[in-house]
Amino acid sequence: MSSPNSAYPETPATQTKAKRQEWPLWEVFIRGQHGMSHRHVGSLHAPDEEMAIKNARDVYTRRNEGVSIWVVEARHIAASSPSEKGPLYEPSESKVYRHPTFFDIPDEVGAM
Amino acid sequence: MYAQMVKSESTDESAEAIAFQARIDAGEKIEPKDWMPAGYRKTLIRQMGQHAHSEIVGQLPEGNWITRAPTLERKAILLAKVQDEAGHGLYLYCGAETLGVTRDELTEMLLDGRMKYSSIFNYPTLTWADMGAVGWLVDGAAIMNQVPLQRTSYGPYARAMVRICKEESFHQRQGYDIMMKMANGTPAQKKMAQDALNRLWFPSLMMFGPSDAESTHSEQSMKWKIKMNTNDELRQKFVDQTVPQAEYLGLTVPDKTLKWNDEKGGYDFAEPNWDEFFEVLKGNGPCNTERLAARNKAWDDGKWVRDGMMAHAEKRKIRKVAAE
Repeated sequence: MSSPNSAYPETPATQTKAKRQEWPLWEVFIRGQHGMSHRHVGSLHAPDEEMAIKNARDVYTRRNEGVSIWVVEARHIAASSPSEKGPLYEPSESKVYRHPTFFDIPDEVGAM
Repeated sequence: MYAQMVKSESTDESAEAIAFQARIDAGEKIEPKDWMPAGYRKTLIRQMGQHAHSEIVGQLPEGNWITRAPTLERKAILLAKVQDEAGHGLYLYCGAETLGVTRDELTEMLLDGRMKYSSIFNYPTLTWADMGAVGWLVDGAAIMNQVPLQRTSYGPYARAMVRICKEESFHQRQGYDIMMKMANGTPAQKKMAQDALNRLWFPSLMMFGPSDAESTHSEQSMKWKIKMNTNDELRQKFVDQTVPQAEYLGLTVPDKTLKWNDEKGGYDFAEPNWDEFFEVLKGNGPCNTERLAARNKAWDDGKWVRDGMMAHAEKRKIRKVAAE
């Protein structure tokens, strides 16, 4: 069920055949009121997408935390692996010129 | 605490384990797919599982009073609080699941007694005043432990604790509000409030677990930053915070030895009866049997719903594929 690049480690239930049918795991993303993008808030179990949204509403928006819910079954998420940290992110460390502060602009020029 | 006497596994001396400890010492967060010592993983599953189970079982003593709340408003508040406890359990279960254990496994381990929940929930809630005392004392003690856990080394655990702490303060304040109402009520109501404090004071102190001198599992867990303070530190802090609150209510903490100690800047207080604590952990508390029976019944009675909804979801999926 779970692929080598899934978001979570293998569980005994995914390695061997699950004893019983557990409701699938869904990852929940909520968009708050103030124009921010959807943000991952946690996960939950539900039989289908409709119930996943209903459950997400009960579990993650009891205090007006959001105005929009996304759910996606956890097994559909592909994740980068911690061992790729070097090759993936190190190249950007040497490219300081990508940041505006790299360039000295004289005060006389004004705000830029 | 909500996780008491969590047995800590030992670490190993491999290069990976040493590098792992260095990451924790540097304040880095450990995430689900990062390498971690088997002992860290195992201890965390145990601790987060126990914590989650406590939230779930903790609904039972309070659920006991939902239908008998004195006003509609109190009933709505209590319902919201009990619903929060379910939510807290779910945040923690999904955190624990990122370590490679399934929800059903965790549930089964609670139901057959392999995993524990906090000793406090094996005490009965006999009167409405207990709803006040539980919110004030039990949630108050929980907050003492949960606030520092927001900085715990395991990312999903820390994030769950952030959400929980945001909600927990409502729980404690609604409890204290009930206590204020009763302590300022009729003599009979004040007597109920005092009685609730008398019965729940020592069980609340037990929530922090035995003294550090006897707690063999603390050291490794503290090194791993999955336990942030010693049991005695937190208990002291709780007593120092709670005694003035009891005084404000005009209630008496049921401890004749309780005395302010200027030198240490805190109260001296009596230890709870640890024999009683160990008996409760072993399953011999006043409500252990009842609590586990209620959880088992809920799981068994809900089976047809879980199976039925799964069958329905699968049928719909097949129909959808056929239609495409």
